[in-house]
Amino acid sequence: MVGIYALLSMGLNVVVGFAGLLNLGYAAFFAIGAYTYALLNLNFGCPFWIGLPLAGLTSMFFGFVIGLPSIRVRGDYLAITTLGFGEIVRIAFNNLDAWTGGPNGLLGIKRPVLWFWGPFSVNPTPYFYLVLALVALTAYFLFKMSDSKFGRALVAIREDELAASCMGISTVRVKLYAFGLSAFIAGIAGCVFAAKQTIVTPDSFDFVLSVLILAMVVLGGMGNIWGSVLGALVLGILPELLREFASYRMLIFGLLMILMMIFRPQGILGNPTLRRELAPERREKGEANGSA
Amino acid sequence: MALLEVRSLSKSFGGVTALKGISLSVGEAEIVGLIGPNGAGKTSFFNCVTGLLRADSGEIHFQNGKRRLNGLGPNRILEEGIARTFQNLRVFKNMTLLENVAIGFHTRIASGLWDALLRTRRHRVEEKMVFTRGLELLRFVGLGAYANEIAGNLSYGSQKRLEIARALATDPKLLLLDEPVAGMNPVEKDEIIGLVRRIRERKIAILIIEHDMRVIMPLSERIVVMDEGAKIAEGAPREIRSDPRVIQAYLGAE
Repeated sequence: MVGIYALLSMGLNVVVGFAGLLNLGYAAFFAIGAYTYALLNLNFGCPFWIGLPLAGLTSMFFGFVIGLPSIRVRGDYLAITTLGFGEIVRIAFNNLDAWTGGPNGLLGIKRPVLWFWGPFSVNPTPYFYLVLALVALTAYFLFKMSDSKFGRALVAIREDELAASCMGISTVRVKLYAFGLSAFIAGIAGCVFAAKQTIVTPDSFDFVLSVLILAMVVLGGMGNIWGSVLGALVLGILPELLREFASYRMLIFGLLMILMMIFRPQGILGNPTLRRELAPERREKGEANGSA
Repeated sequence: MALLEVRSLSKSFGGVTALKGISLSVGEAEIVGLIGPNGAGKTSFFNCVTGLLRADSGEIHFQNGKRRLNGLGPNRILEEGIARTFQNLRVFKNMTLLENVAIGFHTRIASGLWDALLRTRRHRVEEKMVFTRGLELLRFVGLGAYANEIAGNLSYGSQKRLEIARALATDPKLLLLDEPVAGMNPVEKDEIIGLVRRIRERKIAILIIEHDMRVIMPLSERIVVMDEGAKIAEGAPREIRSDPRVIQAYLGAE
């Protein structure tokens, strides 16, 4: 599960961290990926390895569909649009009983099968390696991306959209691609999630999940690829460690986030460019180097 | 015909008319000065030409009338070969100088995401080109020594020069400079004058907005004077200096 979080937070990082577009409905793309595989598998017996790219592509398609109108609005407005989209998707899955089983969800999704090893079982170990491989692949892809013209264009848009457009960057197209790419990664994660759980319900994809992923991105450091992975590790494992204080869990969690924002607003690992922006400010306040 | 030919361009914001049918042309590798009191509409004119604002009426033609620029977005206009700098700096402050210039090369490299992913030959060659040519441009504007510094840490004057380097990276035919020497000391101003002349030697035409007469007069071959959105005079610097309408617009009428 932590690995899936890592995938999601890396995917969201493309949009939030690199391009600086706040997306509050990221769980929707995760949901679309999960339901795509679930439906393909249950209705057509589609195997996991074919479902994986298809789930990604379907999710990416919806990324483009929702991105096209919404990336024309900025900042707070974009946040609200994506928030609305996230809720619409969840509610749609909840109410399209005929296809999605409504609130009961879809059951009996097939687990992945490896040709040399046989089907995956309840045992989580093979999933761990599967997700690990996907995380490594995604990280590699994102590192390559950040070194490319596309990656530079994304950062330029975050820094100054107007100047970026005057440098010949088609801001709408670049933002749209970022949206699509980010949705693709969420779709992949969704597919793995569905195959592991063997059941998908709309409850798994609520607003809290979107916020949790966003918190991972921010905690790890916006625009930092390893930061996203680390953020997912911390926020994925922390609730388990705090299990003893079950009723206070969210309280402690919230407190940590606040401390984090005060003492290390650039995230644990920070971002090479954001760090520079925040550094002088920190010096003024004295050495505030606690990472909470 | 000329490189840039603007005919009776108009633009109004609500009740305020920023441009009243202004016409202006810039020839190949020519330096044209655009002056006028504050609020005369000089920057609005730039914004219309570079596609940041959509003109209400009028024609903008480029390359001897071969290309019509009306209604194109800023990124398309840049691809056509018009680059600009901004009155208030708009460098990417948190990036290094070299990264700033690299963004200028955006439209001049063909390799996309897939090339980067597969590390194709084209990608490697182009990335190398971006950084060697980027460094070259930084040296050209006199910032070669600071290539890996963060742009935001540079002095105001250096950031202005960085903006020029970034604009040059886009390989323009026409460069629009919006008050390039504002807030600079006399030494820095002289450097900019030299720089603009060297840019022209690269066969790039320059349209320059500037208030400082000691800069614009020796630099421009032709000067256009604007007031309240309209052109009130045009001619060689010497004629402009003695034009009664210009004096009136700047100093107020009796």
